[in-house]
Amino acid sequence: MTATEGPFEFFTVAYLTQIGNYSAGTLAELLNGLEHCSDASIFHHTYQTLGSHHYLTEGFSNDFAQWVLADANRDALAEQLAALDIRDYNSIAALRSDLCRIVRDFIDEHPDFTVQEALERFYFCESLQVTRPFGLTASDLDEFHLGVARLSHSAFYFHFISSRLRLQLRTNDFSHWLANALGLKTLADSINRIDIYTNTLDSARAKLLRLIERERRKHDHGSSRDARPAG
Amino acid sequence: MTTVQVATRVPLDEYSTVIGDGEIDEMRALARPLTGRTVQMVNSTAVGGGVAEMLNRIVPLAEELGLNIRWDVMTGGDDFFEVTKAFHNALHGEPYHPEPAHFEIFRAYNEQNIKRIPLDSEFIIIHDPQPAGFIQARKRKTGHWIWRCHIDLSHPNPSVWSFLESYVSQYDGAIFSSPQFARQLPIRQYLFYPAIDPLSEKNRELEPDFIMQVLTRYSIDPLRPILTQISRFDRLKDPVGVIRAYRIVRRYFDCQLVLAGGSATDDPEGVEVLKEVKRAAEGDPDIKVLELPPWAPLEVNALQRASTIVIQKSLREGFGLTVSEALWKKKPVVASAVGGIPNQIIHKHTGLLAHSVEGTAYQVRFLLSHPEIAARLGEHGYAHVKENFLITQNLKRYLTLFLASQPAG
Repeated sequence: MTATEGPFEFFTVAYLTQIGNYSAGTLAELLNGLEHCSDASIFHHTYQTLGSHHYLTEGFSNDFAQWVLADANRDALAEQLAALDIRDYNSIAALRSDLCRIVRDFIDEHPDFTVQEALERFYFCESLQVTRPFGLTASDLDEFHLGVARLSHSAFYFHFISSRLRLQLRTNDFSHWLANALGLKTLADSINRIDIYTNTLDSARAKLLRLIERERRKHDHGSSRDARPAG
Repeated sequence: MTTVQVATRVPLDEYSTVIGDGEIDEMRALARPLTGRTVQMVNSTAVGGGVAEMLNRIVPLAEELGLNIRWDVMTGGDDFFEVTKAFHNALHGEPYHPEPAHFEIFRAYNEQNIKRIPLDSEFIIIHDPQPAGFIQARKRKTGHWIWRCHIDLSHPNPSVWSFLESYVSQYDGAIFSSPQFARQLPIRQYLFYPAIDPLSEKNRELEPDFIMQVLTRYSIDPLRPILTQISRFDRLKDPVGVIRAYRIVRRYFDCQLVLAGGSATDDPEGVEVLKEVKRAAEGDPDIKVLELPPWAPLEVNALQRASTIVIQKSLREGFGLTVSEALWKKKPVVASAVGGIPNQIIHKHTGLLAHSVEGTAYQVRFLLSHPEIAARLGEHGYAHVKENFLITQNLKRYLTLFLASQPAG
């Protein structure tokens, strides 16, 4: 594998959780909060929560769905909210719009449930993000493999999940670099297909590393065949 | 002035066995731009209590990461600590009618300490109400001042809170342990979960032989299910309610109940509650009411590890870190949805929440009937604590706060 001119620089991210001004004890209040909370709050309860609860791979999708299920006791609405996939969104505005639409439709259909008190209140929080270089770079697939294997959960999350919003390309930093810097489009696509809802960060990383190893074996095999003396 | 010298230091690298090398690398990466920056922690006691326990671990770790950190403890007479104890209870919502003299005592001791303790660091973290008045020492908006509130302010006594708020609103920010503990304030409010130390005696791995010794010492049968609640003998922990739940479970399962807590000799109400508990347990040799010595971390650890299910049936709770302690040991937990417990127990994912004696009994029965689900909850609970409630995460939150803050002056 040849070195490229644009190395991949690994970063990490840390989030400071700020307690917001909105809280909800009913579905009507949830809708009000969804309509008026900051973008950082929508991010916190969808993207960021997926990173901090990555080990829950069965039925946990975002904080709104979890509250509607466990505290507001509305399974059907919870299912709809949980079915939203952050990979389908390039912007917080679009995600917010769909969250609001789903809750509004449910309220319109079930007006009796609108002001029923939930067991516990939902508190809107928001994430303040700090990014720092992780101290690792990669210029080729071997270095990339080593770097990914060493990353913290937050760093892996930053490049693999939250990067989707930054890139606005429905892909992640890893796939973007592999496709554009190393020309490995098939590998990039395979990595982008790893399901972040049914994998933990650890299992997603393990799959990603296996895909890289397979690519390396393919390359090594190709190189040794190329190096075979003619005749 | 009392600057605390931390006696025992656990190197950061030792935590890599628990959280992995990548997480340690990350903390070093976050701390790099903070090398040499001055940080000051101030609280009201160097020993005893969760805050001192946490600072004892955090301060040396921050130092190892290159921060120039110091920990000062304020001093006060009995009159001061009587007043602040009353304030503490009142802030938790207990009835209290403060007299002007009480506020005067609070002010006087804060002023005395301000004269003794240099408060000139770039980041100053004031813990809990006792030293909240230190903000008066701030000159020309220098430094970044944060008030770290470790108590539940959701239903405070209005007079005490109004007095305290006049100080708190002068800070740059406040930190709370749960969103529901926070107040409407004109400053930024951050969420920092309390944390457990995975390498402490209360949480570290134990030899199976030691666990067996503890069970033998207290005549607990290791072959039958053990339900455990670890908490002081306090009505708000509802130990009698736990016994009632256990009696329902006993109709279906041959199990034992362990209620273990610190000795109640210095707490008149605790002595009374302990009597009630013993009365409720009378005649059932499978209920073990254990008065543990004031500091028995290894016994608590062993009892939690030996448990089949851990219960925390509190009626009111601060954060309830005993829940995280149990989750860290991969135990299925059934707990009340009060205080900070729902932050730790994500219902049906990291444990089960209940709202009554009957609900607690039902959830325990469900888990005893479905050990595979109990095991999965325990595994998820462990991962939840690893990601959110370890002391290393707490340190990372402080580093992030310092990085995100821009001290003036």
